[in-house]
Amino acid sequence: MSRVDTVLLPELDGPVPATLPSTLGLLSLALGVGALVAPGPVARMTGVDDSPAARAVLPAVGLRELGSAAGLLSGARPAGWAWSRVAGDAIDLTLLGRALADRSGARRRRVALTTLAVAGITAIDVLAAVRIGRAGRARARVIRMEIAVTVNRSPAEAYRFWRDMENLPRFMAHLESVRADDLRRSHWIARGPAGRRVEWDAEIIDDKPNKSITWRSLPGAGVPNAGRVRFVPAPGDRGTEVRVELRYAPPAGALGRAVAKLFGEEPEQQVRDDLRRFKQVLEAGEVVRSEGSPNGISLRQQAMQRPAQPLPASRR
Amino acid sequence: MKATAWMGADSVKVIDVPDPKIMNARDAIVRISTTAICGSDLHLYHGYIPEMRKGDILGHEFMGEVVEVGPQVRNLKPGDRVVVPFPIACGHCSSCQRGLYSVCENSNPNAGIAEKIMGHSPAGIFGYSHLLGGYAGGQAEYARVPFADIGPVKVPDEITDDQAVMLADVFPTGYMGAEMCDIKPGQVIAVWGAGPVGLLAAASARLLGAERVIVIDRFPYRLRLAEEHIDAETINYEETDVLDTLNEMTAGRGPDACIDAVGLEGHHGNAAMYAYDRAKQVARVETERPFALRQAILACRSGGVVSVVGAYGGFVDKFPMGAFMNRSLVMRSGQCHVQRYTRPLLERIQRGEIDPSFIVSHRMPLRDAPKGYKIFQKKQDDCTKVLLKV
Repeated sequence: MSRVDTVLLPELDGPVPATLPSTLGLLSLALGVGALVAPGPVARMTGVDDSPAARAVLPAVGLRELGSAAGLLSGARPAGWAWSRVAGDAIDLTLLGRALADRSGARRRRVALTTLAVAGITAIDVLAAVRIGRAGRARARVIRMEIAVTVNRSPAEAYRFWRDMENLPRFMAHLESVRADDLRRSHWIARGPAGRRVEWDAEIIDDKPNKSITWRSLPGAGVPNAGRVRFVPAPGDRGTEVRVELRYAPPAGALGRAVAKLFGEEPEQQVRDDLRRFKQVLEAGEVVRSEGSPNGISLRQQAMQRPAQPLPASRR
Repeated sequence: MKATAWMGADSVKVIDVPDPKIMNARDAIVRISTTAICGSDLHLYHGYIPEMRKGDILGHEFMGEVVEVGPQVRNLKPGDRVVVPFPIACGHCSSCQRGLYSVCENSNPNAGIAEKIMGHSPAGIFGYSHLLGGYAGGQAEYARVPFADIGPVKVPDEITDDQAVMLADVFPTGYMGAEMCDIKPGQVIAVWGAGPVGLLAAASARLLGAERVIVIDRFPYRLRLAEEHIDAETINYEETDVLDTLNEMTAGRGPDACIDAVGLEGHHGNAAMYAYDRAKQVARVETERPFALRQAILACRSGGVVSVVGAYGGFVDKFPMGAFMNRSLVMRSGQCHVQRYTRPLLERIQRGEIDPSFIVSHRMPLRDAPKGYKIFQKKQDDCTKVLLKV
């Protein structure tokens, strides 16, 4: 896992505690063991101790619970196992419904209480399964990348340029502007497709002069993101290895699709091009333009080159 | 302005295009006085170099007068007469600072395309496909010259246009081809190809102290230039077997160094060998016809140097790796780092050590560029080098 993953993104890591699936797993374990080891007391407690079928059904329920417990505690496919608990709850409610119809008096009250308790657990299981599923999908969407370029400038020069966040749009093609609100906080505006803008606030959470800068978006960003850039002296006196690690989570739905479009099919290539421009600005003074690529390096432009002849006056 | 544009395979036209303007602070605009058609322009003309677009302005050998400079250009001013190196180089990246200008790390805005084919991107080149930057070329009335504070060299009045324009490409390229041979006293240097680069490589080998220079081609008029101007020995590969003849000439040793000044569109004396590679090239199974390179490797003395300045674009078949490895050969290669050579070679011309313009066979106005391409392609009228006068 890349080092940048230690930078907390509340939108991704906050809402679903990683302990939720294992808590559900422990609950299943307790119920399963109870039904298997002490079917008699469990039958009495739930009010079905008068039925000969209960002696066979309860251990089966117990085995099913142990299955869910093993799945949830294993950590693999937590959303699927959480939904297996919901399915089990549905079976239990059906069995309890039939038991309720057959009984009267104190037993009927006990069955009714049990039904109520299982219904409550079902509600909790549904909520938990939904949340676990959502968090899983968000994690699956998170895009991580590590890209580096060697720049023939000292770590101090490269750091100084990057540390002034307002310089970032000079080489990050998708950014319209970055405004530094103070030494730590900044407001970012990215160009989206069809004139749509995506805006967010970010803060620098770790700043080691001439060595590294780490930042992340603040809660409320449509596209939670975090990044770190390190400035490592290149061996053989060849300047600085500028190593960038990025992590961002495009949301689902229309905004997510817009963000995906923004970064194109190859988000890594976009960031690589950003770093090429960073190198050009630091070494050659500005982004290098040709007649075929009048806006300088860009993936889209590479695919749609104009002829290599001077631009008409209207395009200058 | 008028400019020579690539309109598709085997088709160039002189068309009207907008005048160039400054796009970067280190640009200059040059009003062109003399520009040349290069052998490597024929590779574009024939459609062997990928990523050409209809309307691309051709030309990477040009000189003229500075008419405008960007705010960061302090070494030139309007009115200066300059010759412009063909590789576009920033001067500040690590490659440029080591003198490897033709692999400048910043001058190709389409580096991503080049990396897919070549692993890493070389420098941008004027008028040489979108693979190498998509820069407008210099077979035109004006050109925009990026990094004008690094590339262009002022030309003194006593040097003619015909001499100076040789410094844009062919003379430095030939010179680098000879320099890479690491010539020691008594050595024999063989050069494949008696085009402008081959002839100037042979002449440079003489300047660098070669004992004997042998030039290999199939056009008698070109071999004659080698004999008359460079005092070289010659082999016509359509008349004699090259390897046998070289062995005989060197008493079985082979040349100490071999220069490939042919590149990807070679010809072979044996019709079957030629047809084999030509067919693969047409089918795009192979992009080059590397006859000269294969022969140079087989001919070279064990432990010798194979110096490749002929242009290649893609992949080569039947590379004699066994000979190359078992006989301890060294291969050196590269697009010429012209910026490294312009001043020293200008001084050699000034001192009268060489007049590289002996290769020029044709001078014609810019509007006749299509005719120039045709006669150069067909080797008509003893054509070796076409200059276009603007």
